[in-house]
Amino acid sequence: MIVGHRKHIQEIKQMLAPHKRILVLGCGTCVTVCLAGGEREVGMIASALRIAYRLDKDEREIIEATIERQCENQFIEDAIDEIQNSDAVLSLACGAGVQAIAERFPTKPVYPGLDTKFIGILQEQGIWTEKCIACGKCIVGLYGAVCPLTRCSKGLLSGPCGYSRDGKCEVSPDVECGWQLIYNRLKDIGQLDRLLEPAPLTDWSKSHEGGCRKLIREDQRITLDVEAS
Amino acid sequence: MDSGEPRILALCCHYCAYAAADLAGSLRLQYPPNVRIIRLPCTGKVDIAYIMHAFEQGIDGVIVAGCLEGGCHFQEGNLRAKKRVGLAKEVLAEAGIEPERLEMFNLSSAQANTFAEIIEEMTERLKKLGPNPLRLALSDK
Ligand code: SF4
Ligand code: SF4
Repeated sequence: MIVGHRKHIQEIKQMLAPHKRILVLGCGTCVTVCLAGGEREVGMIASALRIAYRLDKDEREIIEATIERQCENQFIEDAIDEIQNSDAVLSLACGAGVQAIAERFPTKPVYPGLDTKFIGILQEQGIWTEKCIACGKCIVGLYGAVCPLTRCSKGLLSGPCGYSRDGKCEVSPDVECGWQLIYNRLKDIGQLDRLLEPAPLTDWSKSHEGGCRKLIREDQRITLDVEAS
Repeated sequence: MDSGEPRILALCCHYCAYAAADLAGSLRLQYPPNVRIIRLPCTGKVDIAYIMHAFEQGIDGVIVAGCLEGGCHFQEGNLRAKKRVGLAKEVLAEAGIEPERLEMFNLSSAQANTFAEIIEEMTERLKKLGPNPLRLALSDK
């Protein structure tokens, strides 16, 4: 899941400075699960903004809406009226949601109300941890389903760096050594021999370095070209 | 009612704080008349929106009052409320409202005196802070 965290109200106010009628738009998917951008958070942020503006004797209108998913046009349709009737949108979605709204409404100012943090999981209530940097060529199968690129602080693929101590990384005693985790896990599933194989080269061409990635699935595309089929 | 006296909203749990308030009444204890009580099944029901909306409407202070820690009828409703009150204080401060206007208290159903003391304490605190600046902003209109 994509994990986000709310921005400071003052930072939000600064971004919204030029606009009078503002829609606070929540997203019902990832950021609802990580308690950052769902209906409740929309209520909280909208209320905080109304309070902040009123204290400034600043007449602005804050409206609220939450849709199922901001990163898909089909769901954005549900908030068309609210979006059209606002001067600007404060999106409480991840960065993809923010941009999806902006693309759908080319002349509408759209601002992020959250900081999008990472792809991760709920580790325990109130703690989320990063698990994947979306490298584009998943190799965790070789490492007992522990990602070395994400969980080793140096992204090492061929074994620990030599500064691991008591299972913790040299970067901080709060950070687990990714390679200790890989070793433990491979041991537990009886695949320690995998470590005897040389590590593959990381194919960074699949990663972000080449600019925005695109995934095309011809089998899923709808073509109206009947003759071609 | 704009006597200049602080106005307080108390969100009280059914099992302890509300029962204590009730007992305070039966015992004819005196405490400042500045409080309006809303009874909730448990403070675990407190949504940040209740608190934010109350301040938005110009209330001077909000009390969330639940059972003693460890004594919640629903095990941990009051512990959850405590965390939410913490977050609400943070967001209120960011928006420009003194976080001291909001407080969580814990008491048992037998502590009628404590209930009266809480109201007194909060009334005094709010008198020092003055009215919710939003109330002024609202009445200026
Ligand atoms: S190898 Fe790449 S895709 Fe797989 S978990 Fe790690 S970062 Fe994510
Ligand atoms: S101590 Fe472990 S996690 Fe840290 S950099 Fe070295 S191998 Fe990676």
